[in-house]
Amino acid sequence: MIPVNLFLMVAGFVLVLLPFLKGKMQQAGWLVGVVLMAGLSAVPAWRALTGTPVEWLLPGNVVTGEIPLRLDGLSAWFILIIDLVFLSGAFYGVHYLHFYHADRNTLTLHYLSFLLLQGALLLLCVVQNSLVFMVLWEVMTISAFVAVIFEHEKWITVKAGINFLIQSHVSLLLLMVGFLYGAIQTGSYDFAALSSLPGGKGAATALMFLFIAGFGIKAGFVPFHTWLPHAHPAAPAHISGIMSGVIIKIGIFGILRMLLLLPMDYTTIGYMLLLLSLVSGVYGVMLAIVQHNLKKLLAYHSIENIGIIGLGIAVGTIGLGSGHSFLVTLGFAGALLHTLNHALFKSLLFYTAGNVYQATHTLHIEHLGGVMKKMPLTALLFLVAAIAICGIPPFNGFVSEFLVYTGLYSWMREASLVALVVIIFTIMGLVLIGGLALLCFTKAFGIVFLGSARKETPHAVGEVSARQLAPLWILALLILLIGTFPQWFTQALAEPLALFSSTMTAGLSVIPGHSSSFSSGMVAPAAGVGEPLTTVTGIVSPVAVAAWGIIGISLLLWAIRSLVLRSSRQETSPTWSCGYVAPNPKLQYTAGSFARSYTKLFRGVLTFSRKEKGVEAIFPVGGHYESHASDKVEQWVIDKPVNGFQWLMSRFLFLQNGKLQVYILYGILFIAAVILLPVLAGWFSALLVFLKQL
Amino acid sequence: MLSALLIIAASLFFTGLINRTKSWTSGRKGPGVLQPLRDVYRLFRKGSVYPATAGVLFRVAPTIYLASLLMALLVVPFGQEKGVLSFNGDFIFFAYVLALGRFLTIVAALDTGSSFEGMGASREALYGMLAEPAFFVLMGSLALLTGHTSFHEIFNALHLGSWISYALATLATFVLVMIAMIENSRMPVDDPKTHLELTMVHEVMILDHSGFDLGLILTAGYLKFALFGALVVNLFIGMVPTGYAIPLFFLIQTGMAITIGGIESFMARFRMSHNPQFITVLTSVALLVFFGVLLLSGRFL
Repeated sequence: MIPVNLFLMVAGFVLVLLPFLKGKMQQAGWLVGVVLMAGLSAVPAWRALTGTPVEWLLPGNVVTGEIPLRLDGLSAWFILIIDLVFLSGAFYGVHYLHFYHADRNTLTLHYLSFLLLQGALLLLCVVQNSLVFMVLWEVMTISAFVAVIFEHEKWITVKAGINFLIQSHVSLLLLMVGFLYGAIQTGSYDFAALSSLPGGKGAATALMFLFIAGFGIKAGFVPFHTWLPHAHPAAPAHISGIMSGVIIKIGIFGILRMLLLLPMDYTTIGYMLLLLSLVSGVYGVMLAIVQHNLKKLLAYHSIENIGIIGLGIAVGTIGLGSGHSFLVTLGFAGALLHTLNHALFKSLLFYTAGNVYQATHTLHIEHLGGVMKKMPLTALLFLVAAIAICGIPPFNGFVSEFLVYTGLYSWMREASLVALVVIIFTIMGLVLIGGLALLCFTKAFGIVFLGSARKETPHAVGEVSARQLAPLWILALLILLIGTFPQWFTQALAEPLALFSSTMTAGLSVIPGHSSSFSSGMVAPAAGVGEPLTTVTGIVSPVAVAAWGIIGISLLLWAIRSLVLRSSRQETSPTWSCGYVAPNPKLQYTAGSFARSYTKLFRGVLTFSRKEKGVEAIFPVGGHYESHASDKVEQWVIDKPVNGFQWLMSRFLFLQNGKLQVYILYGILFIAAVILLPVLAGWFSALLVFLKQL
Repeated sequence: MLSALLIIAASLFFTGLINRTKSWTSGRKGPGVLQPLRDVYRLFRKGSVYPATAGVLFRVAPTIYLASLLMALLVVPFGQEKGVLSFNGDFIFFAYVLALGRFLTIVAALDTGSSFEGMGASREALYGMLAEPAFFVLMGSLALLTGHTSFHEIFNALHLGSWISYALATLATFVLVMIAMIENSRMPVDDPKTHLELTMVHEVMILDHSGFDLGLILTAGYLKFALFGALVVNLFIGMVPTGYAIPLFFLIQTGMAITIGGIESFMARFRMSHNPQFITVLTSVALLVFFGVLLLSGRFL
């Protein structure tokens, strides 16, 4: 009992104390709170991850009943990711928020919401009482909302925040329906009861669909993603990093948790998830390329990465359904590792984007350029994260994508015709995602950081302080570490993977005869249920060698190059521009033109709105061209229905005419209706009785 | 190790041979087969001129580009000999490590701030993205056919027997050769000899590189040809003992170089706007191979 109570006490104490502190003290109190909460949760989580899962039982109250808190491998993995991102976010955020120090009330509110958010997320990973889970879900949503609207004087920020709030409540509504259905059917709010859901596979599968929609809104699967590209750019940089790093991951956590609990038809759910993830992945990156706002671009990329994580989950789930243990291992290992990887590089990308914003006061890609010369370290960190997110070795993104690929390719040997066609198109999708991500990030990095500045900034641009960069270096180091020593991290996955394997053994007792269908044994040597760990480690360790190879060869070549160049002459001269002698920064390629051949190719999927004034006459006075990509899914799923609903509601506008007398009349009519309806019903039933007697 | 050495050996004459073929078909005397090597040697000794806008990345990129190719070279096997590194899914690594090189060359091109290079970079990114699925689908088909997931095992288990397997091998060769042409920015997609910056892809990206760095990029280009040539060779020599395989290797590489020279001599470059269409066709051909494999392995009932 002690760790949880201690955690709640510390959290409560800090939350109560914080509003009474001032300035530096308040800041310090906030950081202490974040560190304490992270530390108190990380210790038991680490122990759970290394093999000692714990379970606590809080007494709860009359409404909730007993509140079981279960800390198993899966929870532990997510708790550690949350801690990592929150710690880096807090220590980065301290410096990022420095510029807003005058606005004390907003800062206090921000600190409180930050702590509440952290506490709620951590508890969500362990609480297994659906009622308390939903309350925490709501706490998380509201505190995230408050954290997002930090710059609440901008109307676009508030609009994005409210959009987030509403969509999160749709998510909550779906979850509520699901959980209440489960509670009514099983008679208990305990998650564990869900595994004995009556109604067989059909009911569980239907319930899972509901949960996928509910958690999918939070995770940002297409078509539930529309809040995400608005909320991320609106939030301050450290909150964007946290949202993308962990808040959307809690949706992934929810889906994984339900996969472990509900006795569903895994194959159906697996294929559905596969489709959903593939669409999310490809659509997310396709939209990312055409964004002009750096943070919005990154937000769309989160959707893409959720798609990749989802692909891993889908492959694993299909493995659960068909009884292929190597698929379960590779799929879920890929998904879980990519969850960590994405948390690392995406938060790093958002933090570095925040640095750029701080220095230049804009995130408009077309206005930036040449930032690398002014902020070399920020640029280096962004580059590392950008290469990692494209899934390119020697960084971490490659390792998790490699696991998903290996899963798909090894599945081929066992698959039926339909499955094979699905596999080949999934592989094509995943490759396309990789290629598009490369296009997207060469654009983002190249246009923002390279070349020369496209627009004068009103003041000098300089590197941020070393202390602000410190948490970023740690993230970058972890990115490199996972790329070069993936074994360490896949070993840590043993516990969570064992959970999924044991789900399969439980399922296999229902359909015997499937367990040993893995016969040829060349790859992923027949991973027995008890040893998922050796397989994954065996698969990723040569990747580590190869990653070291890249680093080694590069360093060797670089050494040779430096040696040779020491004696040779080096000069600088203007860039070649066909003999044109007065090039200026406006002649540079823009982000729009970099993506142009792509947008022409995919114009069926993308929609643009253009504003343009051509350059005319002999002495042109100036022209301009602006294009904005809009999200088709958002138009169809959100905008059109909402507009339709508004139209319908506006038909009743005549009721709201501003006359007090009429409003009193409405009141009287309402009261009369309330009184009369039962009387009328009584008469009606009497009439029915009378008619029957006739 | 043998495969790495052989590929390096083949890269010594591959590009020279292409140029020789081109000069022969156009009735010129032409440079010697080893001229590309002399070019690179000369470049290695020269000083460099860097554009004023370019920063560190512009200087680092060529090194990593060549390093990525050398790394890719290490996973390619030779017949029954493994590559230096051989593991399950090494072809995934092969494609992604080439992407590392592509990422850095694109970024280096953008570092110059030149519109021309930006244009080339944009095209390179797009074509690379479009060509990659073809490679993965092709490897997927071979993996399905043989039941293995590493270059060495796949090529070793690949035997050509029935008429359909010959058809598939032909298609696979076609796809690989075309991917090699795209990766090397050669004829149907890009013309290395064009003199107009607007119509270049790869050449325009390296306009501002000079001296040692340009030498590294050219070396990488030579290696890339031999690398894809080695993949094509591997399609055919899986069952052949090493002693016969080595002459066969050089024979096929020579044949491929002459073919490429021939294509370059008798074919015109596509219009830029038709390139994506052409590259996507490669993926369809790879899918054709895939369905052929399905047919062959009796998965169609």
